Amino acid sequence: MSEPQQPILEARGLAKRYGQVVALDGVDFELYPDEIVAVIGDNGAGKSTLIKALSGALQPDEGEIRLDGKRVRFRTPGDARSAGIETVYQDLAVAPSLDIASNIFLGREARRRGPLGLALRMLAKRSMRRDAARHLQELKIGVQSMGQPVENLSGGQRQGVAVARAAKWAERVAIMDEPTAALGVKETRQVIDLILRVRERGLPVILISHDMPHVFELADRIQIMRLGKRVAVVTPQTHTMPEAVAIMTGATRGELEQALIKEGPPAELPEEDA
Amino acid sequence: MTSETSAQPARAPSPLEWIRRFLAAPAVGPFLALLLTMAFFSLKSDRFLQGPNLSLVLQQVMVVGVLAIGQTLVILTAGIDLSVGTVMAFGQIVMTKFAIDQGFSPLTAIALGILACVAFGVLNGALVTGVRLPAFIVTLGTLNIAFALTHIVSKDLTYPPGTSGASTLPSQLLFFGRTFTVGHTEITYGVVLMFVLFGLAWFSLTQTAWGRHVYATGDNPEAARLTGIKTWRVLLSVYTVAGLMYGIAAWLLVSRTELGDPNAGQTTENLDSITAVVLGGTSLFGGRGTVIGTLIGAIIVGIFRNGLTLIGVEVIYQYLVTGVLVILAVAVDQLTHRRRL
Ligand SMILES: Nc1ncnc2c1ncn2[C@@H]1O[C@H](COP(=O)(O)OP(=O)(O)OP(=O)(O)O)[C@@H](O)[C@H]1O
Ligand SMILES: [Mg+2]
Repeated sequence: MSEPQQPILEARGLAKRYGQVVALDGVDFELYPDEIVAVIGDNGAGKSTLIKALSGALQPDEGEIRLDGKRVRFRTPGDARSAGIETVYQDLAVAPSLDIASNIFLGREARRRGPLGLALRMLAKRSMRRDAARHLQELKIGVQSMGQPVENLSGGQRQGVAVARAAKWAERVAIMDEPTAALGVKETRQVIDLILRVRERGLPVILISHDMPHVFELADRIQIMRLGKRVAVVTPQTHTMPEAVAIMTGATRGELEQALIKEGPPAELPEEDA
Repeated sequence: MTSETSAQPARAPSPLEWIRRFLAAPAVGPFLALLLTMAFFSLKSDRFLQGPNLSLVLQQVMVVGVLAIGQTLVILTAGIDLSVGTVMAFGQIVMTKFAIDQGFSPLTAIALGILACVAFGVLNGALVTGVRLPAFIVTLGTLNIAFALTHIVSKDLTYPPGTSGASTLPSQLLFFGRTFTVGHTEITYGVVLMFVLFGLAWFSLTQTAWGRHVYATGDNPEAARLTGIKTWRVLLSVYTVAGLMYGIAAWLLVSRTELGDPNAGQTTENLDSITAVVLGGTSLFGGRGTVIGTLIGAIIVGIFRNGLTLIGVEVIYQYLVTGVLVILAVAVDQLTHRRRL
């Protein structure tokens, strides 16, 4: 087991059960610097459960998580956020009645300088709005006013806000669970460009998606999950889309899968030059 | 609060759009309802709009108003507090009994009474967050516990014992019933305190991170948790602050009635505090609402009670009217907020 590089984020033997349902069944995972890893699998394969374990949203029953090789235990999503891991959850996790700026700064509110902030803990509303507006503009997410409640936004804009929040605060890892699920063609393109821009900033990204063409366009490596297990890790170079889908659905002969599992992650990581 | 920095220059909205926006702004609806109510009663009774009567209305509103601050916080987190009235009654009995029977100094007695209410708030909050019971059931339980304790501690007596006449309660307990005059209008200290508390609540809810977290927790608790907010802590703080409000309301009630009455706070205050919050535009679904709206709502409730008395409606019909009022307000809330994300 001599890896060429140490993973930024790594999981070993993660297990999670909900009563009879085994959502995760001893899953391994690794994310190396500067890469985009896609996680694919059918509905209920355990993708969201995996990333929730990685982001502190749930506690795995078994297994361990390592950040930079050091064992970590995220008891709350706040722990993972403080460690620099930001997540766009599948259901977006926005507060619909709060405005855009409040959502982007939720849990990370900036206080005013001086006595108003120190003694009265007063929020720096104006500068947060300005900051949020600038940030959204940079990411080319079009919304009219930072003061609109998020519930008044279209599905795509709402998703844009969730992605923008993760992009704003992520320092080590950005995790995105189906960030383009509700989007039109143009908006999907924008989010994909956004993901590429996040990677250009040197952040590794974990991307969950059912959209195979996009997965194959973006991902450096693809982790395939089925029934709570990792069945393979492939790359767009070694496998075609139909092959990956075949592995995902379990349609190919057992030997092929077995071979792939044993092979594990490729010894050589693709070279990055973004 | 309504002026926004636009990311893009917005098109100039049409006059119709302005009207729509104005009506949709929080507390505008309640404010219009307030004006309508006032117009109605001033047509029915000449005395209604006179200074002394309006000052009486505010005096009657101060207890329910302060209770409604606590109720607003709880409802913003998508909870409900049915224990408000009896918890306040308990605090009021603790205050008066300890001041008279146990020989505690008046301020210590007041502090103990407020503390008793805070303890109930903490209990409510701990059961809602720790044991994850629905607020409705928890506070229905504590309503009965506080009710029982009130009667056990007071042995069904009012404090001070005996009937009317000049109250023998120490002056500190009566402080918030005292008045000062501005021009020709008498203003009660308790009313001033109520406005100050509303101001503080407004500040905390709109200008601090805690306020944002209260809204977020009520709006989408899972999202709040996922963004790293410790929602249990937010909820516990909300119920605790609510308890503090009930304790202060107990002091105000003692100041106004000049006695500790074990039968106080059992029917009208509970419902009135909820009515005030809902009339004020705060949604029972949580996450939407303002304390300014609640203040207006509390005043509307006070005006109804006062105005109905002025025009000679019997007390029992006042119950009927306030009952109808709260159902109407909740119906409006249901219709406007049912459609969620
Ligand atoms: N809170 C929960 N309680 C009970 N079962 C759960 C819970 N969360 C997930 N599961 C179950 O765990 C399994 C994996 O779910 P998960 O959400 O991880 O799937 P997924 O791969 O993200 O699917 P999708 O593509 O539909 O998002 C499913 O069978 C699901 O029913
Ligand atoms: Mg999922």
